[in-house]
Amino acid sequence: MQLALVIEQLLNGLQLGVMLFLMAAGLTLIFGVMGLINLAHGSLYMVGAFACAAVAAWTGSFWLGLVASLAAAAAAGAVVELLVVRRLYGRDHLDQVLATFALILVFSEGTRWLFGSFPLYLDIPPLLSGAVSLPGGSQYPLYRLAIIGVGILVAVGLYLLISRTRLGMRIRAGESDREMIAALGVDVATLYTLVFALGAALAGLAGAMVGAIQSVQVGMGEPVLILAFVVIVIGGIGSIRGALVGALLVGVVDTLGRFLLPQLFGLFMAPSQAGLVGGALASMLIYVVMALILAFRPRGLFAGEV
Amino acid sequence: MNKLIAAAVFGLSMGVCGLAFAEPVKIGMITTTSGGGAGLGVDVRDAFQLAVKQSGNKDIEVIVEDDAQKPELAVQLADKMVQSDHVDLMTGIIWSNLAMAVVPAVTAQDIIYLSPNAGPSPLAGAQCNKNYFNVAYQNDNFHEAMGQYDNDNYKKTFILAPNYPAGKDALTGFKRYYKGELAGEVYTQLGQTDYAAEIAQIRASGADSVFFFLPGGMGIAFTKQYVQSGVNTPLTGPAFSFSQDVLPAIGDAALGVKNSASWSPDLDNAENKAFVEAFKAEFKRIPSVYAAQSYDTANLILSALAKASVKDKDAFRAALKAADFKSVRGKFKFNTNQHPIQDIYIREVVKAEDGALTNKIVSTAFTDHGDAYAEQCKM
Amino acid sequence: MRGRETIIGIALMALLLVVPAVASQAGEPFYVTLATRIAILALAATGLNIALGLGGLVSFGHAAFFGVGGYVAGILAAHAMSMEPILLGIPGTKQMLVIWLVALAAGGLLALAIGAISLRTTGVYFIMITLAFAQMVYYFAVSWPAYGGEDGLPILLRNQFPGVNTLKPLPFFLICYVLLAAGLAFFALLRGSRFGAALQASRQNDTRLAAVGIAPYRVRLAAFVISGAITALAGALFADLNRFVSPSMLSWQMSGELIVLIILGGVGRLSGPVVGAIVYVVLEYVLGGITERWQLFLGLVLLVVVLFARGGLIGLVAGRARHG
Repeated sequence: MQLALVIEQLLNGLQLGVMLFLMAAGLTLIFGVMGLINLAHGSLYMVGAFACAAVAAWTGSFWLGLVASLAAAAAAGAVVELLVVRRLYGRDHLDQVLATFALILVFSEGTRWLFGSFPLYLDIPPLLSGAVSLPGGSQYPLYRLAIIGVGILVAVGLYLLISRTRLGMRIRAGESDREMIAALGVDVATLYTLVFALGAALAGLAGAMVGAIQSVQVGMGEPVLILAFVVIVIGGIGSIRGALVGALLVGVVDTLGRFLLPQLFGLFMAPSQAGLVGGALASMLIYVVMALILAFRPRGLFAGEV
Repeated sequence: MNKLIAAAVFGLSMGVCGLAFAEPVKIGMITTTSGGGAGLGVDVRDAFQLAVKQSGNKDIEVIVEDDAQKPELAVQLADKMVQSDHVDLMTGIIWSNLAMAVVPAVTAQDIIYLSPNAGPSPLAGAQCNKNYFNVAYQNDNFHEAMGQYDNDNYKKTFILAPNYPAGKDALTGFKRYYKGELAGEVYTQLGQTDYAAEIAQIRASGADSVFFFLPGGMGIAFTKQYVQSGVNTPLTGPAFSFSQDVLPAIGDAALGVKNSASWSPDLDNAENKAFVEAFKAEFKRIPSVYAAQSYDTANLILSALAKASVKDKDAFRAALKAADFKSVRGKFKFNTNQHPIQDIYIREVVKAEDGALTNKIVSTAFTDHGDAYAEQCKM
Repeated sequence: MRGRETIIGIALMALLLVVPAVASQAGEPFYVTLATRIAILALAATGLNIALGLGGLVSFGHAAFFGVGGYVAGILAAHAMSMEPILLGIPGTKQMLVIWLVALAAGGLLALAIGAISLRTTGVYFIMITLAFAQMVYYFAVSWPAYGGEDGLPILLRNQFPGVNTLKPLPFFLICYVLLAAGLAFFALLRGSRFGAALQASRQNDTRLAAVGIAPYRVRLAAFVISGAITALAGALFADLNRFVSPSMLSWQMSGELIVLIILGGVGRLSGPVVGAIVYVVLEYVLGGITERWQLFLGLVLLVVVLFARGGLIGLVAGRARHG
C-alpha cells in the first residue's frame, strides 16, 4: 500500500471531520447554552445548500451563494427560534425531540414546494477547482483543502469568540448558570436567538460548501445530522473542544474504515466477498466506536468543558 | 365494393359503440412523489397521465398515491387500492425494494401489475407471475450492456456500487459480459455522500475505466467529486446516474460520459419524436428514461383495452402479452417471463443547442436483449 | 381526572373494535387493515411507553426491537417455506404462537445487550446511544445479504394461528386487537405493581430508591428488557400485516414515529399509545388523500400538539395530570 494513498485518505478523513465539526459545533452550542436537542439542525444544513445553489444559479457567483447560505440559514434559525424553539427551553427532551422532528417534516416538504422535486445544480467556484500535488506525488482537490482551511478558521474563530469576547462570556455564563446572567441584566431571550442563529449559520455554511461536491436535494441533512449527533456525544455534549475532537475522530475512523476494512478481509477472502463484509462492518464502525467510548466514559470525552 | 363499404361502416359503428359503452377502468398508481426520490415518481406520473390524456379515453381513472419511498406505506396503499378502490390494474413503483414488497401480494390477489421501472431478479425468475408485466427492464439489463461496452473498449475496469441487493445485482450483471481484468471492486454504503476514499482508490488502482452504479443523489455526488478530483479515467455507468432528472444537477461534469439505456430522447422514431415534443410542451422539461417507460406502460394498457375487457383477466393478459402498441423505444416485445426483449443503447451526455444537457445515442450494445432469469420462470 | 381518562380509553378501544367489524360487513376490508395497523402500532408504542412513560427512559432506538421482531417472523417463515433449517437443524415455522415467543425472546435479549451499556448513561446521552445502537442494527440489516438486505424479505402467505383463518383481514385484526388489549392490561398491572412503583420512583429520584435498597440500574434494565420484548412482538405482527419485512422497520424515522405516537397521545398514560396511533394513522391517511404535501401538514399538526397540548391529546380532554 502506497504512502501517498494513506496520506490522501487521512486528508479525506480530516475533511469529513471538519465538515462534521461545522454541524456539531452549532448543535453542541445550542445544547450547552439552551439545553435543547435540535433534530432540525440537518434541515438548516439543507437550507444553506439550497440558498447557495439558488443564488449561485441566479447570479452566477458561488461566493454570493455562500453569503446567501449564511444569511438564509441564520434567518431560518432565528425565525424557528422565535416561533417554535423558544417555547421548548423549559420542557423535557421528549417534547423537544417531537417538535424538532415535526420541523424536519415541515422544512423538507416546504423546500420541495419551493424548489421542486429535482436536485439542484451547484458547482465549486473556478478559483478553487483543480488539484494540487501532495508530497508522495499524488493529486488532491484544492476545494477539499479549502474546506479543511475554512473548518480550521471557524474552529479558531469560535475559540476566540467564546474565550475573548463579551458575547462569549455571556455564552459561557449561560452554560453554567442561567438565572445568574439574567440577574446580571443580560437580555437572555436575545442571547438565545443569537446563539441559535449562529449555530444555524454554521450548519448552513457546511451545507453550502458540501452542496458543491454532493447533491443538493431534499433530505440531504438527515444522514449528516445523525453523524453530528454521534460526534457531540463522543465529544461530550456542550463542549466545543469535544465537538472538534469527536468530529475529527469520526471523520478519520469512518474514512479509514471504509478504505482499510475491505482490504483487511481481502487477506483471507475473495475480493468481492471481502468488499461486502468489510463494507458492512465499515458502515457500523463509528457506532461501535461511540458505544465503546460511552461504555467507558458515559458523558463523552470532554464532558463539562466548553 | 358495397360490401366493403358496408363492412367498413359496420366496423366503424362497432368502434363507436365500443367507445360509447366502454366500461370504466381504474388504474392504481403507487409512486414516489415526496422526499429525495420524488423526481423519478413525478416523471412516471406525468408521462402516464400524458398518455392517458392523449388517448382521449375518458373512462380511464388513474388514482395516484405517494409512497414516500417507504415499503410499509406502499404495502398499505396497495391494500387500500385493492380492497377499497377496487382497481383493475396497478403500476407506478420506482424502487426494487418497494416492488418486492408490493408486487407478490398484489399479483396473488389476481390484480395485474405493470412495472414502469423496477425489475428485481426474483420477479423475473423463480417468482415470476402471470399477473406481473415488466414494461421497463430487468434490473441487470443496463449493467450488462455497459459490461459489454467496457469489455469491447477497456481492459482494466474499476467497478463500484452501493452495498444492497440492487447494487450487487448491478455488478453481477456487469461481470456477466465484462471478461477483462478488474482493477477493483468496491461496495459503498447506501446513501453515502462522500466518495473521496473510493476516488483515491480508483486513482491508485491504475484502472483504465470506471463502471459505477449509484442511483439518485449518490451518483450526483460521486460524479461531481470524481471530476473535481482531477482523475481522468473515463466513467461509464447505467442511465440511472445520467438520466434527465439528475443531469441538470451534475452539470458539465457529466459531459462525455457513456451510459446505457433502452431509450434516449434522440431515439429516431416517429412515436418518440411526438412523445418528447408533447412532454416538453406540457411540462417544460426533457423527459427522462423513467418517463419514457411510463409512457410506454400507459400505451400498452391502452392497446390492450382496445382488444379486451379488463374484467376478462385471461383475455386481457393475452392482449397485454401481445404488446401490440407503438413503443417510443422502437421495437418492444415480451419474453416468456413477461419482461422486455428490447435493444439497449450506449448513450453519451452532450449539450443540446439550447445549452441543456441531454443524451445522444452513440452505439447499440444489444439487439433484442432479454434477461438471464427467464429460464428460471415456470409459467 | 383519571376517571375521565379511563372512560375515553374504554370508548376508543370499543370504537377500534366496532369500526373494523362494521367495515368488514360493509365490504370495505381496507378499513380493517387500517385498524389492524393502528392496533399494532399502539402495541409497539405501549412497549415503548413502559420504558419512556414509566421509567423516563427516552429510547430513540426502539425501531431496533420493532424490526428484530419483524425479522423473526420473516426469517422463521422463510425457512419454513424453503424447508431449510436455520441453524443446527432447527427448522423454521409458520406458527404465530411460536414466532411470538421467539420475537419476545429476541427483542428482550437485544434490549438486555443494548440496555446494559446504554443505561450507564442518562439524559441526552441515553437518547443518542440508543439511536446509535439502532443504526448499527439497521446498517447490519441493509448490508447482510442472506435475508434480502435493503430489498427486504417477503412473507408470501401470512403465518398461521390455530383455528383462525389469518388470511382474512378481520380474524387477523382480532388477533392483533386481543394482543393489544393484553399489552394494555399488562401495562396497567405493571404500573400498579411494586416494580412499577420502583420504576416510576427511579424516574424522579435515584438516591431515595437506592436508600431503600433497590438498585435503580437493575429496575431500569428490567423495564427496558420488557419494553423491548413487547415492541418486538408488535414488530412480528407488523411483518405479518404487511406480509413483508425490510430494514425501514429499523430506521431512525421509525423510532421517531413510535415516540411521536406516545407524545401525541400522552406520555405514561395507559391509553396514550392507542390515542396516538389512531390519530397518527388517520391523519396520515386523510392528509395523504387530500394533498401530495401531506408531510408538511402532518409536521404542522404535530408542532401545534407539542406546543399547545401539553400532556398529549388525552391531556387536553382529561386534564393534565401525570406528565412532567
